[in-house]
Amino acid sequence: MSISVKEVSDISDQEARRSSPDYLDQLEAEAIYIMREVAGQFERPALLFSGGKDSITLVRLAQKAFAPGKIPFPLVHVDTGHNFIEAINYRDELAEQIGAKLVVRYVEDTIKAKGLKEQTGKNASRNWLQTFTLLDTIEEFEFDACIGGARRDEEKARAKERIFSFRDEFGQWDPKRQRPELWNLFNGRIHKGENVRVFPISNWTELDVWAYLKRENITLPSIYFAHERELILRDGKLLNNTPVIEPDEHDQIVKRQVRFRTVGDMTCTAAVESSAATLDEVIAEITVSRISERGETRIDDQQTEAAMEDRKKGGYF
Amino acid sequence: MDLLRFITAGSVDDGKSTLIGRLLYDTKNILADQMEAIERASKSRNVGEIDLALLTDGLRSEREQGITIDVAYKYFQTPNRKFISIDAPGHIQYTRNMVTGASNADLAIILVDARHGVVEQTRRHSLIASMLGIPHVIVAINKMDLVGNSEDAFLEIAKAYQELASKLNIKDLTLIPVSALNGDNIVDRSVNMPWYTGETLLSVLETVNVLKDQNQEDGRFSVQYVIRPQTEELHDYRGYAGRVQSGTFKKGDLVKVLPSGTESKIAKIEFGGNEIEEASVLESVTILLEDDVDISRGDTIVSINNSPIVSQDIEALVCWMDDKKTLKAGNKYVLQHGTARSRCSIRDIEYQIDINSYEKLDEVESLKLNDVARIVLRTAQPIAYDPYQQNRANGAAILIDETSNVTVGACMIE
Repeated sequence: MSISVKEVSDISDQEARRSSPDYLDQLEAEAIYIMREVAGQFERPALLFSGGKDSITLVRLAQKAFAPGKIPFPLVHVDTGHNFIEAINYRDELAEQIGAKLVVRYVEDTIKAKGLKEQTGKNASRNWLQTFTLLDTIEEFEFDACIGGARRDEEKARAKERIFSFRDEFGQWDPKRQRPELWNLFNGRIHKGENVRVFPISNWTELDVWAYLKRENITLPSIYFAHERELILRDGKLLNNTPVIEPDEHDQIVKRQVRFRTVGDMTCTAAVESSAATLDEVIAEITVSRISERGETRIDDQQTEAAMEDRKKGGYF
Repeated sequence: MDLLRFITAGSVDDGKSTLIGRLLYDTKNILADQMEAIERASKSRNVGEIDLALLTDGLRSEREQGITIDVAYKYFQTPNRKFISIDAPGHIQYTRNMVTGASNADLAIILVDARHGVVEQTRRHSLIASMLGIPHVIVAINKMDLVGNSEDAFLEIAKAYQELASKLNIKDLTLIPVSALNGDNIVDRSVNMPWYTGETLLSVLETVNVLKDQNQEDGRFSVQYVIRPQTEELHDYRGYAGRVQSGTFKKGDLVKVLPSGTESKIAKIEFGGNEIEEASVLESVTILLEDDVDISRGDTIVSINNSPIVSQDIEALVCWMDDKKTLKAGNKYVLQHGTARSRCSIRDIEYQIDINSYEKLDEVESLKLNDVARIVLRTAQPIAYDPYQQNRANGAAILIDETSNVTVGACMIE
């Protein structure tokens, strides 16, 4: 796998700038501004990196924000043990190529250390458990700001969250007590033990991310493109056939040509049938798609009407 | 294709959520699963037809109360433009949210219920739009179907509104008769109001010129971070990372660093590590200077022949946003302006503005949540600012409570 993240492309920048104002330039400038505010306002920030397209976008934005210097904070990944191997490999190669410090902490270790009980049964996931690992990691490294790739178009609770999202010492988000966020004046003042989650691509849509990846000529993990794979067909959704998902008598094992539209945990991320093998084809497919990203692929959000709201109040990103 | 940020403001029952739902629906920006979710929810709540308002009702706590409690963002696009819709709640105790949403808006849609005309909240929302310097205002006179789609009803409200607007600073005003429920004059021209020959709401949103709203004259660059790689090949590299707040900067330009007043020349401008010729308003770039000057976060680089005001004494309109503590003369806060922070002390509350009658109230002792007033403050360090109505980016500031760290005030420097 080759990753073309090293040379920040010069031709596309110059050309894109001439035809301004372009919405991608506007979104990019805003995100870079936010990245630099984090570096300027906090002592120990971190960038939460999963190997998914949104955090890959964040890494590129951080590179541009601090070039020709290196990104002045580590990449942090909370590994649930249920991640796609392609995303994990990509993560490791990218960190090495750009010379970034990579911190990985495992949900498995938290479960053992704290004697936590895992969800069992159908659609069991470690989604809720990874919050514990994240909060422990924040405490271990005394991170005061964590940059994440969440977007407001993804989900209702996220549509209401600030770009600088204040969390108390327990990592909790309180939607009724958010700090007013005025102009581009971000208030990152906190007490020791508290932290701020920062979302530089809050105002980007799924399509904006894809358009940006294409413009920047960024290589993605292969699972984002059409390939043949063995899957579990469950309630109309296609899940990766992996030992961490136990099929029951209603499930069917099938072979299909698919791609993943989001890359979360294998237990809660479904594939979509697709023949889109290039960025252009993926963009064309999404443009005509009539179903939203999380609606199509995320099983975790569909359990209750306020699933994300509840997870965020508990300290989730 | 460019980006337009607009805010919608209206009273609780003006049909604001329905209007946004209608815009999304008629521009085909609602996806199949979102539509199904709304149909499901409409059915379970027994509201009969599909309730487009449900598209913007976000959190469970809001759905239970049937109101919007916080600023929400929606994203949609047409072939001509991308839009960020900022939904500010109309509920009386949440005026601070409208100020928050309005601070980043290029345009405001103010909803008026055709049955009630200009009411107290219309006056309040219009004052906020004017005070925050939103360049374009659309007054959408909604529920026209409930007044028989009458032209007279529209003209009467339009006249009342224009009279109100004459007391304010609204640069570009458009009045449109609409029915969000039926989709009249939102995206499609109304067949029920043939007397209306003006533009539809979407047509205004798509064509309004936001580029010329930016201040292109006054070169202002607030330094966020100093890039010093300190590697062997970049040993002496010292780049000032920041965003052009207004004006333009070019290689070779003579500049001044404030508040120190040191002068220098731009050696190079970079973006993403590559040299570029010039940087214009809102671009995030890195500036390198010819001289080795002492610059850090919070300093402002400005064009040499066009300086902002540098002072420790500031007069500003403030919207107070704290529900726990009041603002009083003598109180101390942290003022954040650009990337600079300075302690400050409130010297005086000159007068409060009644946001409904627009009257000035003298001898006010303290400000509580949602109060608007003109205050005088003194900062510990000099601040390099422009009057807000001339330069939104360099005339805005926030007040932060030193103990709770909460943002408690929005300041528009005069």
